[in-house]
Amino acid sequence: MDPVLALLLVLIGFMVVGSLVAIETRGLLSSVISVGAVGFALSVVFLLLGAPDLAITQVVVEILVLVVLVRVVITRRDETYATSRSTLAVGSVLLMLGILVAVVFWALGASGGAGLQMRPFGNPLLNEIGPAATMAPVGATADAQADRPETIPQSIGGAYLQEGLKRTHAANYVMGIVLDYRGYDTLGEATVIFVSILGAYAVLRRIGRHSHARDEPDR
Amino acid sequence: MRGMSLIVKNTTRLVAGFIALFGAYIVLYGHVTPGGGFAGGVIVAGALVLVVLAFGERFSREVISHEVVRASDAAGALAFLGVALFGYLAPNAGAFFANFPDLLGTPGNLLSAGTIPISNLAIGVKVGAGLFGVFLALALFRRRGEQRLMVPDAGRLDSEAQR
Repeated sequence: MDPVLALLLVLIGFMVVGSLVAIETRGLLSSVISVGAVGFALSVVFLLLGAPDLAITQVVVEILVLVVLVRVVITRRDETYATSRSTLAVGSVLLMLGILVAVVFWALGASGGAGLQMRPFGNPLLNEIGPAATMAPVGATADAQADRPETIPQSIGGAYLQEGLKRTHAANYVMGIVLDYRGYDTLGEATVIFVSILGAYAVLRRIGRHSHARDEPDR
Repeated sequence: MRGMSLIVKNTTRLVAGFIALFGAYIVLYGHVTPGGGFAGGVIVAGALVLVVLAFGERFSREVISHEVVRASDAAGALAFLGVALFGYLAPNAGAFFANFPDLLGTPGNLLSAGTIPISNLAIGVKVGAGLFGVFLALALFRRRGEQRLMVPDAGRLDSEAQR
């Protein structure tokens, strides 16, 4: 087996276990720490899959969120509630999960036989360049047909890889896509962050804004 | 929130500047190396959070107040929008988010890629100030509201928070 794939499977197993611990553990602090461990494993997964931008972002966001969550959790009284689960509900959920896993295993053709073939690992569709499509647009003349290139990228990602440096002059293709081709997207993301931070301020501010609140000495 | 021990303070004095410098590097070189405005902004916010945790809320009152943080958050968002509107000035066909990649620099240099580094800088300021502001809000705002909300336990919680 490919060593990278084996390492990925180990990391994904670790993440599944960590998530379960985070949900099931009693203490709030250990739950937060489990979430942090899952996040760090995820950043290593990103690194192995060849996405250093995502890995950097994941690590730094994970650290900051961990610090903030620990800061919030550590002064709050830890209250746990004992909940009982009905055996029937858990059993039927597990049964459904098993059926889902079996169907996915069959549909993706893990045995190499029938079913939809999944692309082999490490060979994404956007790397591929195939022959140009034969269908001409409505009203296209033969000349226009002749001008078209012999081969075109199979997906939009291939076009980015071919043209990105020429069009955007950004050596880091990710930034060329995020801030040039997909600028609208990034503007929308920035708006989402802005609005969520605004919401956090609105929720976390002092209750009400009475004038006498300002008279209290600031500690 | 008070500061932490002498060891933490001295370590923070040594390290925080380098963390912020690394964040600035990640922001400014986002179009050349992996990274970008978001990651670099979070690193800068992390450096500020470290300083506040080590030295207490006096830092946030005297050096960077919450008003400054909120203002730079909004300014970063507006600057990014301004870069997008700047695209209407593109020489041949102006459009929202049009880029000027050919104006200066060769690909791979710091001065290249048109408006992309400026957008990165705006996003870095915006994300860094926003996350640091949320941390300040969580660390500083919370205590008073909690006192009023949980009346029976107010004394106990307050003594815990002071600790």
